[in-house]
Amino acid sequence: MTKTITLDGKTIPFTDGQTIMQAATAAGEYIPHLCHHPEFTPHGSCKLCTVKVNGRNCSACTFPAAEGQDVINNSQELTDDRKKITQMLFVEGNHFCPSCEKTGNCQLQAVAYYLNMLDDHFPLFYPHREMDASHPDVLIDHNRCIFCTLCVRASREQDGKDVFGIVGRGINKNLAVNSASGKLKDTDLDKNDKAAHICPTGAILIKRTGYQVPIGQRIYDHHEINEVTLLSENHHGE
Amino acid sequence: MANKVRVATTSLAGCFGCHMSFLDLDERLVALAEHVEFDRSPITDIEHASNCDIGLIEGGVCNSENVHTLREFRKNCKILVAVGACAINGGLPAMRNFIPLEECLSEAYLDGIGVENPQIPSDIELPLLLDKVRPIHEVVKIDYYLPGCPPSADVFWKFLTDLLEGREPELDYGLVHYD
Repeated sequence: MTKTITLDGKTIPFTDGQTIMQAATAAGEYIPHLCHHPEFTPHGSCKLCTVKVNGRNCSACTFPAAEGQDVINNSQELTDDRKKITQMLFVEGNHFCPSCEKTGNCQLQAVAYYLNMLDDHFPLFYPHREMDASHPDVLIDHNRCIFCTLCVRASREQDGKDVFGIVGRGINKNLAVNSASGKLKDTDLDKNDKAAHICPTGAILIKRTGYQVPIGQRIYDHHEINEVTLLSENHHGE
Repeated sequence: MANKVRVATTSLAGCFGCHMSFLDLDERLVALAEHVEFDRSPITDIEHASNCDIGLIEGGVCNSENVHTLREFRKNCKILVAVGACAINGGLPAMRNFIPLEECLSEAYLDGIGVENPQIPSDIELPLLLDKVRPIHEVVKIDYYLPGCPPSADVFWKFLTDLLEGREPELDYGLVHYD
């Protein structure tokens, strides 16, 4: 017999070992997320996928689905929490969308659109962050890093390398690269690596490709992230 | 005509792009003018806002005059609106926040290429620069936000017609862009 959970009052099936996120995605239900990607080990750090499971807040990307769970995903309370989390991500970095070449294709921006986030609410930190343009093909703009660790996981789990890591804590947290010089050019990162293409924001960019699609004609200019995500993540053949 | 809604607008540390986008309402401005009259605004040259219903603020806060203007608007507008990226998060002018103010001034007035008679302007008439450019919600309470660089004329139209017709303003997906 098929095992099921209840998601916003709807009965959806799951198989043993699936997380709530995996079951929801397979059932065509979007749970907002930034650090989760179906190809990589879940990290559970961005907290955008927080859902209420039997009355307790859990990260849907790490929490295993279990028979009879009552899961709430779409509620005003969770939307408000997610909006606050997204606003914190914006003020803790330097996200100037009008001058960012990822605008319109950026998942951070798209999640904010999805949550109808119109302001930053909090005071802005304007942290001082560097850029690393040393690599011939790939650029790191630390201003836009949200520490989702997708590049870290992609490099280790799929590229078989170990190019990225997160160092430091709090406002001094930083995306580090694995080379003696600390420069990207001295790592073994290649522009065709998964890690060079996985960044949900404009922190890791392929050089000389930024404006191939004009602003205004990009993915999230016309499609909400829920439909884009469900479409792409259900084609990963999990 | 006495019952027209009074609207004031200003640009702080902005580029007037949001004002230009507002003017993109084109013929809809005529329809708007039936319900709205302008108080302090670049459109009228009225110098101080008084008893307004709606204040539209473009740009962030980069100097002491911006702070005074913003506070005057807050005091005189029932509804205060942050218009555009710079008002909301500092925007392009805030990209100087990562360079010490002294270095910015030196580059512009002392060491820059082509500078003649190098000196940092210090006339008493000039407002003092803040060490950092700040979004306006850090200085006064803001009631509504219109994102965009600039927000399109359709955003102004939707927002103002919602307000004028007594609805809570709402921007649907196609009207919300940060760029």
